Amino acid sequence: MVAEPEATTSASETPFLEVKNLKKWFPIQKGFLKRTVGHVRAVDDVSFKVMPGETMGLVGESGCGKTTTSRCILRAVNPTSGQVLFNSEERGIVEVTDLKRPQLRELRREMQMIFQDPFGSLNPRMTLLDIVGEPLLVHGMSSRSDRADRVAELLRLVGLRPEYMRRFPHAFSGGERQRIGIARALALNPRLVVADEPVSALDVSVQAQVINLLQDLQESLNLTYLFVAHDLSVVRHISERVAVMYVGKIVEMGPTEDLFNNPKHPYTSALLSSVPVPDPRMRSTRIALQGEVANPANPPSGCYFHPRCSYAVDRCREESPVLEDIGGGRSVACLRVNEIELPGLGDTHSKAPSAGA
Amino acid sequence: MTENGVQPLLSVQGLKTYFPTDEGLVRAVDGLSFDVFEGKTLGIVGESGCGKSTVGRSILGIIDKPGHVEAGSIVWRQNPSDEKSEAIDLAKQVPTGKLMRSIRGNFISLIFQEPMTSFSPVHTIGNQLTEAIRLHRDVSKKESYDSAEELLALVGIPNPRQRLSEYSFQLSGGLRQRAMIAMALSCDPKLLIADEPTTALDVTTQAQILDLLRDLQEKNGMAIILITHNLGVIAEMADDVVVMYLGREAESGPVDDLFHNPQHPYTQGLLRSIPSIYSKGEEKLPSIEGTIPHPFNRPSGCTFRPRCPSFMEGTCDQHVPTFQNIDGTSQGVSCFLHHPPQEVTTNGS
Repeated sequence: MVAEPEATTSASETPFLEVKNLKKWFPIQKGFLKRTVGHVRAVDDVSFKVMPGETMGLVGESGCGKTTTSRCILRAVNPTSGQVLFNSEERGIVEVTDLKRPQLRELRREMQMIFQDPFGSLNPRMTLLDIVGEPLLVHGMSSRSDRADRVAELLRLVGLRPEYMRRFPHAFSGGERQRIGIARALALNPRLVVADEPVSALDVSVQAQVINLLQDLQESLNLTYLFVAHDLSVVRHISERVAVMYVGKIVEMGPTEDLFNNPKHPYTSALLSSVPVPDPRMRSTRIALQGEVANPANPPSGCYFHPRCSYAVDRCREESPVLEDIGGGRSVACLRVNEIELPGLGDTHSKAPSAGA
Repeated sequence: MTENGVQPLLSVQGLKTYFPTDEGLVRAVDGLSFDVFEGKTLGIVGESGCGKSTVGRSILGIIDKPGHVEAGSIVWRQNPSDEKSEAIDLAKQVPTGKLMRSIRGNFISLIFQEPMTSFSPVHTIGNQLTEAIRLHRDVSKKESYDSAEELLALVGIPNPRQRLSEYSFQLSGGLRQRAMIAMALSCDPKLLIADEPTTALDVTTQAQILDLLRDLQEKNGMAIILITHNLGVIAEMADDVVVMYLGREAESGPVDDLFHNPQHPYTQGLLRSIPSIYSKGEEKLPSIEGTIPHPFNRPSGCTFRPRCPSFMEGTCDQHVPTFQNIDGTSQGVSCFLHHPPQEVTTNGS
């Protein structure tokens, strides 16, 4: 049903991670017999590739399925259908969706996750040594002193003092806790790190520190990131390519600069213009998007975005667009992609703001 | 202080709100002064724990125990254009007294941060809206329902009549925040305190709510105190800005000056550290070193000193900077870079 966005990335390399037609439908059950009366289409036919060493950003509003997509990739939830192909160091290309538990556990050495909430994701009864050392223990490093050495190394790597290792998480601030979460994710030397909103719970001044840390680590450890976020400014800063999701589908995908400067999907364009810019001289010429995000349990007909889209025509109500390659590594799911001109960041505002002094 | 002879609607001077706890004294707000004028928006910006929410709550006298206003005045003028109009010091009123109760909701209202938890889940939206209306106005039940419907229509909720009989959990986040705004506006307040009104919302919904607040302000000329951590929202909405750090005013001034010519090292650092949607992103983000200190261990002298790139030994750690205007501008800072310490220092922290 969906055209494979074949030419999105340089064809010479094999993708590090490839997601093909991924679907995750959660059943809605009702009544005493728990009959299934419908499905929440959290992820609905999503395909993309991530190349080695790059940062792929996944953006969208709440409920668009970005977190579910990332969880399906790690098999934290089992997808309803579709394929996730991971280029493993030890065994070549593996189909993550088919793996049995023991093999999955082996594979998880190579793929790890950083969570959003630094307060909820660390067990308050465990010390840093136990928290960061747990993945090591699970993967067979049974000697406690070896673990302590590795934990010390990891804490140093993320900018925390190794002496803190015997402390509990409550003694740390939000930013420091997020560093602990990063240390835990890196414990097994993973190659793919899925970061699910890693900075959205942090204060502005601390957010910059964590973003810098993630970028430094990527360089020194040669990591590949799948960066899930709703904050477009952060995504622009950190990722090389971006996929924009809306109600379970990717509506637009492409290199960050192109996509931000010259969006091809009306939703991307509206999303960009909704971001408040920290410069009072640029009070916006924004596109006011009407209405609310569609309900994934009962999506509208045709293009899911048509009730809110100012460019919608009759055709949009009937036909569903598919993600099509439009050249330059970009793909868009819009029926009117060749007919409409959309404002991006390039032309709504003539110059970049000079933030700061 | 006056602006072109117009008196402020609300004038806060030297406000201190303290929370004496078993572990120690938390100085949530520690000497803050600002003015709010009719029809203008004052932005209060700061990171978590800087006391910005406590400011809003202090004005309304709804600080959670054991917190209390320790010192300072909160002067409210019912009718600022009239020279002789009565000025009431809200800080001196009994929080549960008749006067405060008549001011709350009637003249000053508050929009809370979480639209999820600020409505009662067991009463309908209509029920809660009419309660507020009937508390402050002498109207019949039917009339109150009619004006509630008008209010919901005013804030852009489709099918207002039907929504009145729904519960808060049946509404989406954006609609719930709109209903919250409708409730705050039910008695035509002169001052609206919006405490992180869009933090829990998506960007497209956030843009809608900000537009709505701006339209409403244009229509009924109310003043808004916008409390947020998001500098983008401040730049978009505010006329004047107060930047808070650990309960104190780091810098304040008109929005344009503050964003384009920030004077305090904290404001400068804060503005540089946010990734811009316009930046290319290859280079590293300049960040502010360290983290916000715990309220029980405030550094001596200037509270920003341990994180400050322009820390001056012997000055910043010995003296507490006071908030002063910078000559020739309408900006003010508390920083020794601009105002060297006087011989005698008062109030050690």
